[in-house]
Amino acid sequence: MADHLLEVRNLSVEFHTAMGVVKAVRNISYHLDRGETLAILGESGSGKSVSSSAIMNLIDMPPGRISSGEILLDGVDLLKMPAPERREVNGRRIAMIFQDPLSHLNPVYTVGWQIREALTTHGANAATARAEALRLLTRVGIPDPERALDKYPHEFSGGQRQRVMIAMALALRPDLLIADEPTTALDVTVQAEVLALLEELQQETGMAVLIITHDLGVVAEIADRVVVMEKGELVEAGTVREVYKNPQHPYTKKLIAAAPGKGEMHVPVARSEPVLSVRDVRKRYGAFEALKGVSFDLMPGGTIAVVGESGSGKSTLARILLRLDEPDGGSALWKGRDLFTMSPAELYKLRRDLQMVFQDPTQSLNPRMTVYQLISEAWVIHPDILPKPRWRERVAELLVQVGLAPDHMGRYPHQFSGGQRQRIAIARALALEPQLIICDEAVSALDVSVQAQVIALLDKLRREMGIAFIFIAHDLPVVRDFADHVLVMQKGNVVELGTVREVFEAPRQDYTRTLLAAGLDPDPDVQAVHRAARLQRVS
Amino acid sequence: MLKFVRKRAVASLISLIGLIVMVFFLSRLTGDPAALFLPVEASAEMKEQFRELHGLNDPLLVQFARYVGDVLTGDFGESLRKARPALDVVLEAFVWTLWLAVITMALVAGAAIVVGSLAAFRAGGFFDRLSSVISLIGASVPDFWVAIVAIVIFSVNLAWLPTSGTGSLLHWILPISVLFIRPFGIIVQVVRGSMIGALSSAYVKTARAKGVKSGPIIFVHALRNAMLPVITVIGDQAASLLNGAVIVETIFGFPGVGKLMIDSILQRDFNVVLAAILVTALAIFLMNLLIDLAYALLDPRIRH
Repeated sequence: MADHLLEVRNLSVEFHTAMGVVKAVRNISYHLDRGETLAILGESGSGKSVSSSAIMNLIDMPPGRISSGEILLDGVDLLKMPAPERREVNGRRIAMIFQDPLSHLNPVYTVGWQIREALTTHGANAATARAEALRLLTRVGIPDPERALDKYPHEFSGGQRQRVMIAMALALRPDLLIADEPTTALDVTVQAEVLALLEELQQETGMAVLIITHDLGVVAEIADRVVVMEKGELVEAGTVREVYKNPQHPYTKKLIAAAPGKGEMHVPVARSEPVLSVRDVRKRYGAFEALKGVSFDLMPGGTIAVVGESGSGKSTLARILLRLDEPDGGSALWKGRDLFTMSPAELYKLRRDLQMVFQDPTQSLNPRMTVYQLISEAWVIHPDILPKPRWRERVAELLVQVGLAPDHMGRYPHQFSGGQRQRIAIARALALEPQLIICDEAVSALDVSVQAQVIALLDKLRREMGIAFIFIAHDLPVVRDFADHVLVMQKGNVVELGTVREVFEAPRQDYTRTLLAAGLDPDPDVQAVHRAARLQRVS
Repeated sequence: MLKFVRKRAVASLISLIGLIVMVFFLSRLTGDPAALFLPVEASAEMKEQFRELHGLNDPLLVQFARYVGDVLTGDFGESLRKARPALDVVLEAFVWTLWLAVITMALVAGAAIVVGSLAAFRAGGFFDRLSSVISLIGASVPDFWVAIVAIVIFSVNLAWLPTSGTGSLLHWILPISVLFIRPFGIIVQVVRGSMIGALSSAYVKTARAKGVKSGPIIFVHALRNAMLPVITVIGDQAASLLNGAVIVETIFGFPGVGKLMIDSILQRDFNVVLAAILVTALAIFLMNLLIDLAYALLDPRIRH
């Protein structure tokens, strides 16, 4: 009998691409026992997902190739198993849940059908499968499970969809559950619920959990042991406490240092004439009231963070302030003039003062334009800002300002990493010399270390150029490091508005306290205290 | 769901009304009907008599109202050459065309979906390359040439099949085979492209993680998602068959609506031409409605 449930030995995976061979995973080894939770921690491109895809036999070969190693499940090498036998392992012994449950559920079949399929594929008859699907949906806490069986994935919320995925994965009581960034796309409160559900189910079934994540908080909350990956290599392994308290490898140290939420909180800029004064903004979409009267002031050079869960109206607010969407009521005075009553011509002139940086730089940058074209496009539209002969020089300056190099201007967006692309998006916003930048989840998609750099860049721009920011985010530690005021929204209402210190250290509202409590601390000891407090509140 | 269908039906109805208006006024634009209907040597009195008889001296709007009334009651007038109601002549031919189109498209859709899906499953493999070559040839060769070559080989040289006309099942084989080629080539390519996208999707990854076999992954998980663009193209191709595959029907002497239209135009049998246009248009509108229905059935997100 083998020692461990799962043992990965000297695994190497490479991809043969037009650009040459990419060694995605190099010679990594780890193991996992029943009832245990192992986290694989790493940033994008670290190979953390590739190694789990190898376990699930999900790597497309070609172009992928497993160039060495063994993956032992109870001592049997999965890589040497004949295909039909190997397929039986998936779903029955090892199951997997993914980051984005909406795209990972088939949109054209009901969730009941998809859960039943997990059972019937491995030999269950239709009647058993139906009963079992109902039991599973009930177990993972889907309301009205009987009717939910006949609904389609798009009819559920993000958290519910992940619960459906979990129900489907656990249908056959697998020995091992692989969870690839299972809570990354979810709101903090929902994340806490889903992680708690995973832990409960693990205790019930005694399964092992392999969780892949970039988030130290998730590791602290759920894992027993952690392995850290960087550029395809396993650089550190140990218990969660050991690795956090006493990291050995420079990369682990860097990762832990980059975790947001530990810096000095900002002291708000002195009260003066507000640059933007928003009063009682309302918006409804049909019967749905997205904004129920939002008011706040923003000082020059100030930063107000708008936080709240999905559906709270924070992105609607941003769209309305930029008049990408029309408000139903209220006013927004920009230096004394109401943005909402401006004519299109006036608004057009004003656009240069108000810029926006979006969440996903891959989608917000035109892939067929070079960096030079992307940045200088603003001057094509507003030709009075800069005469054409000076464009090249100014693009170079802007690139340096955001931490890129002047010779990057001839390249296309796909030649950059996610963090670099977001810098290009920021440089593009800066080209018009704006006085207010609205960041809609501008750092959410970035790796922790890159996130820290982008935040530092934004902060520098705020200090040096006096740019004011409206910073829409769901990630509270980042908000804590960057904002001076925080506006907490829930279902279209402003629940709480105060300085960052007031909101984080002495929240007045229950909802704010819930949000703060749901956030995960990277320190396993601190997180253990949080968890105990949370459990106590529940009971 | 019902609301969606009703909305689409109303849209189709509006287009149909637009078509009726256009057909009427365009037919008047082609010149004086009396000059077109009557032989060149007809006298001025004969023409005047003809105009009086057919109400062509009335104001245009009165004529239009009468025309709309006739269309609504299914009265397209007499066929000048066959001395029977024009609508009867058209419907008779249309049934032939409809059968030809339905059988051909059913065969095309079935074959193209299987071939395109399998090609996509191992994209770049031998089967994919083979099917790409065949479908590209199919989409490119002119059908009148294939029709003639097929007659030469199978009817003249081998004498296996009749050259033209109708009467037995054997008569159907050549027209169907010739009409099959081009839509098959086009639809295989569309299925392949759409399936490559669907097979690399996240939900297919989930199915693989569940241990689902390749067959159901291709034909249950991916195919239904990949069908929307395919159905659009199938509808498009079917429409061109319903219009009457004019050339192929003429070559094979097939008594369909395409051949009827050409014959009627040559014989200046305008009542038949107008009836044929409206009947085929109505058929195409109905088919588009069916396609919208198919969308809604395939994708629950459209239903809601």
